[in-house]
Amino acid sequence: MKKLLELYISFFKIGGLTFGGGLAALPMLRKEIVQKKKWVEEDDLLDIYAIGQCTPGIIAVNTATFIGYKQAKSIGGIVATLGIISPSLVIIIIIASLLQNYMDNETLLHAFAGIRVVVCALMLNTMISMARKGIVGKLGLIIFIVSLAFALFSPLPNVCLVLAAGMIGIVVKTKEARKLS
Amino acid sequence: MTYLYLFYEFFKIGLFSIGGGLATIPFLLELPSKYDWYSTDQLANMIAISESTPGPIGVNMATFAGYHAGGILGALIATLALVAPALIIITLIAKFLENFSESPIVKAVFYGVRPTVAALIGYAVFELIKITLFTATTSGYQPDYTGILLCAIIFFLLQWKVLEKLHPIIWMIGGACVGVILKL
Repeated sequence: MKKLLELYISFFKIGGLTFGGGLAALPMLRKEIVQKKKWVEEDDLLDIYAIGQCTPGIIAVNTATFIGYKQAKSIGGIVATLGIISPSLVIIIIIASLLQNYMDNETLLHAFAGIRVVVCALMLNTMISMARKGIVGKLGLIIFIVSLAFALFSPLPNVCLVLAAGMIGIVVKTKEARKLS
Repeated sequence: MTYLYLFYEFFKIGLFSIGGGLATIPFLLELPSKYDWYSTDQLANMIAISESTPGPIGVNMATFAGYHAGGILGALIATLALVAPALIIITLIAKFLENFSESPIVKAVFYGVRPTVAALIGYAVFELIKITLFTATTSGYQPDYTGILLCAIIFFLLQWKVLEKLHPIIWMIGGACVGVILKL
């Protein structure tokens, strides 16, 4: 019960402090889930994001479900998911019912603009730290550069890139295993 | 009846939108021609608000659309329907990986996938920076120098171990204050 409450609170915080889409949840996830709670390792976070990219649904929500499941099985997955969507429900319902014209509030817009600049810096920092953990060896670096080029310059959806990289992983590792034996 | 349709439509969106919240937009664009839940103009507004408020954008938009269609209950139903398919699928995958995470094949897959995901995150950061620190004009992207300078300063401060340990919330509150003072 205590675990479930912890899951709910942690993911509620993450949901409420994600500005600018699912990937922007990364710095918060890293702080809460990796560094504070130590529920997963930093490179596990990459694996979970990989799964989130290839499966239907919102990536941040999928990450919550996955980590929740790892902590407390199916019920943990449900609780973490409810946690991450709760702030949206509350905030958006309030805005939709009362503050339709809050977009005209100058001060609030300046504050949001400031937050978004901070999120850029936080994301850049998180990305560098995760790339350091996730890219192992020369081959890893090659996969990273090729994937980045494809993401930037080709219309291929992310799912295809992730699936292709997974296949390369299998081919390379079976070859390595064969060499050893 | 509206609630049933809401559940059906948003369950479908949750099931077919692969690759995150923005992937739900094409589906949301189709709804106004089928139901009178919201107009296309309202959708543009909803997207803008969903992007500037906290929370995953896909979830925010579902809540918004659901509220327009059927009040608070509608918002709840649309949001729960949106996350339901992923909840089921991810639980099954997590269950599978629990038993096979030590399998050489699963390990090989993740060995290949990790650098790609790092690259995709890099790409997302690039896009985020483009939207946030540059303004789209007819003659291309104009840099917003105050924002870029501010972002660079924060990034360098973050390289300092003591400051990196600070909770992201503290940085965000600071950013909000600076944004109001400098009228970003």
